[in-house]
Amino acid sequence: MSTETVKHDPPPQENPAAIADGWADAYTPEVNVYVPHRTTVPPLRPYLAELWRRRDFAVEMARMRLRAQHYGTVFGMTWLLLGPLCLGGVYFVLVDILRGGQHPPGFFAHLLGGIFAYQLFAESVRRSAASVTSGGKLILNTAFPRALLPISEVITSIVRFGPMMVLYAVIHVLSGLPVNLNTLWALLIFAEIVVFASGLSLLMAALQVYFRDVKEFLPYLMRVWLYLSPVLWYADEVPHGYGWLLYVNPLGPMLTAWSESLNQGITPGGNWLLVGAGWAVLGLIVGFVFFTSREREFAVRL
Amino acid sequence: MSSLSASDVAATPAPPAPERPASIKVENVSISYQSTLQATPTLIGTMSRLRRRKKIRKEVRAVRDVSFEVPRGTVLGVIGANGAGKSTLVRAMAGILPPTSGRLEVHGRVSTLLALGVGFDRKLTGRQNVLLGGLAAGLDRDQLAAKYDEIVAFAELEEYMDMPMRTYSAGMYGRLAFSVAVNMEPDILLIDEALSVGDAHFKQKSFAKMRELCDQAHTIVLVSHGMRAMRQLADEVLWLDKGQVRGYGKPGQVIKAYREFMRVSEADEASEEDV
Repeated sequence: MSTETVKHDPPPQENPAAIADGWADAYTPEVNVYVPHRTTVPPLRPYLAELWRRRDFAVEMARMRLRAQHYGTVFGMTWLLLGPLCLGGVYFVLVDILRGGQHPPGFFAHLLGGIFAYQLFAESVRRSAASVTSGGKLILNTAFPRALLPISEVITSIVRFGPMMVLYAVIHVLSGLPVNLNTLWALLIFAEIVVFASGLSLLMAALQVYFRDVKEFLPYLMRVWLYLSPVLWYADEVPHGYGWLLYVNPLGPMLTAWSESLNQGITPGGNWLLVGAGWAVLGLIVGFVFFTSREREFAVRL
Repeated sequence: MSSLSASDVAATPAPPAPERPASIKVENVSISYQSTLQATPTLIGTMSRLRRRKKIRKEVRAVRDVSFEVPRGTVLGVIGANGAGKSTLVRAMAGILPPTSGRLEVHGRVSTLLALGVGFDRKLTGRQNVLLGGLAAGLDRDQLAAKYDEIVAFAELEEYMDMPMRTYSAGMYGRLAFSVAVNMEPDILLIDEALSVGDAHFKQKSFAKMRELCDQAHTIVLVSHGMRAMRQLADEVLWLDKGQVRGYGKPGQVIKAYREFMRVSEADEASEEDV
C-alpha cells in the first residue's frame, strides 16, 4: 500500500524541458511514494480514503458470494433460515431439559433472537478469518487496502442477518411479546455488534496469515463464547457474585441489552449500552491497528 | 569473457539524467523479507518450536541498494537469472511490497500484469473476475462498464466470459489478464513474465498494443527471459543479479553482457523464443 498518495493539482512541474516539449500537458495527477514501513499503522486519512474509494469492491464481492449461496432464491433463503432455526430448536430442547421444563414465556423468542445476533457476529469472524489467505492472487498482484477483504465478509453476514430478523419478528409476535419504542434500541445494539465483529474479523484475518490453524480453533472458541453469553439464559439469572462476568465478556453487555430491548420491550440498561459501546470501539481499534500495521507484509506471507 | 564484460556494463551504472520527466524513480531501494521455512505456519508449530527454541526464519535480501529512473514513454526491460529480485522489484513499484530501505516514486496510475495472471477466484466467471479485479485496482463501475467490451474484444473471449475461469485454458487466462491490464488506461504498465501464454497471433497483437501504449507516452516495465522480446520492445534494459544492478543501458549492449555472463551463446534459440 502506498504510504503517501499525493494528488497534485496543478500537475508537478519538475522538469522545464519536459514542459516545453509538451510532456507535461497530459501529466498524470497521481503520485505514489513508497517508503519503508515496518509494523506501523499507515497514515490514516489516505488509507481510509482509499478504503472508501474502493467500497464498491467489498460490496461486489459480498454480492457475488451471496449469489453463489443462492441468496435471493426461495431455496437459498430456506437453507439460510433453516440452519439457525434448527439450531434454535436444538438449544431450546436442550435448555428445556436442563431447566426441567421451566422457562419464562417468550424464552424461545429470546433464544432465537440471541442466536441470530450471535450468528451475525460469529459468521463475520469465522468467514473473515480465511478472507486474506484465500485472496492470494489478488493480493499478490494488486495494491489495495487489504481491510476490504474482511469487511466484505462482514457485509455478507449483515445481508444474511436481514431475513433472520424477519423470521424473528414472526416468532416474536406469535409469542405475544410487546412491540414498542424500546424495540428501536436494538438498532444501536446491532451497530455495536457489527463494529465489534468488524474489529475481531480484522484481527482474525491477520492472525490467520501468520498461523494457518487459527481457523481450526475458531469454531470451538465461538461455541464456548456462545455458552458464556446471555443467549441460552437470561442475564438476570446469573448467580449473585458472578455479575462481573457479563462485563468481562464483550458480548455480555451487547446481548443483554439486545434481549431487553428487542425481546422484553424494556429500556436497556445504560450500563449495558455504554460498556457494550466501549468493547465495540476497543475491538475495532485493536483489530484495525493489528491488521493495517501488518497488511503490507501479507504479500510475502501468502 | 570477451571485450565487453559484465563488470564493464556495471561500470556505467546510473543512466544520464532523462530528458523526459521520470515516471518511476527508484532511489537506493533495498527489499528484504523474513521467509519462514515452515511449509504452513501454524500456532501449534510455533509454540512447539518456541519450547525447543528453534529458529526457522531466514532473511531473504531480494533487492539490494538499487537506483534508477524510468522516463515517461519508455519501455524498460528487466532481465536476470531466476531469483535475481526482478519480481520483487516490480511488486515494489506497484506498491504491493514496501521497500525495506530507500524510496520509490511512481507517477501515474499503475496497472499490473504479474506472474500469476489476473483474477481472483477461478470459480467465478471471466466477467466477474474482470469486475472484481477492476474494482480492486481502483476503477469505478462506470469506468469498467465503458471498458468491458473493449477488454473482451481484445482478448477475443466473447463466448467465454460467462463461464467460470477454471474452464479456461492457460492461454485464455493469459489473454484476458493482458487485455484487462492494458485496457485499464494505465500511465504505467508493469508486466512480469506474463507474455508467454498467448498464441503467435495474440503475441503479435500484444506487442503491437504495447508499442501503441508507449507511443502515447505510457511507460512499461517488462520482466522477461525472452531476449527477442526484449530487443523488439525495450528502449532500456536493466540487468539484475542477486538483487543488485549489474547493468543498465541499451538492449543490445546489456543483453550481450548478460548472455556472456550466463554463458548462453548468441545462437541459442531457446533463450530467444522463451518470452
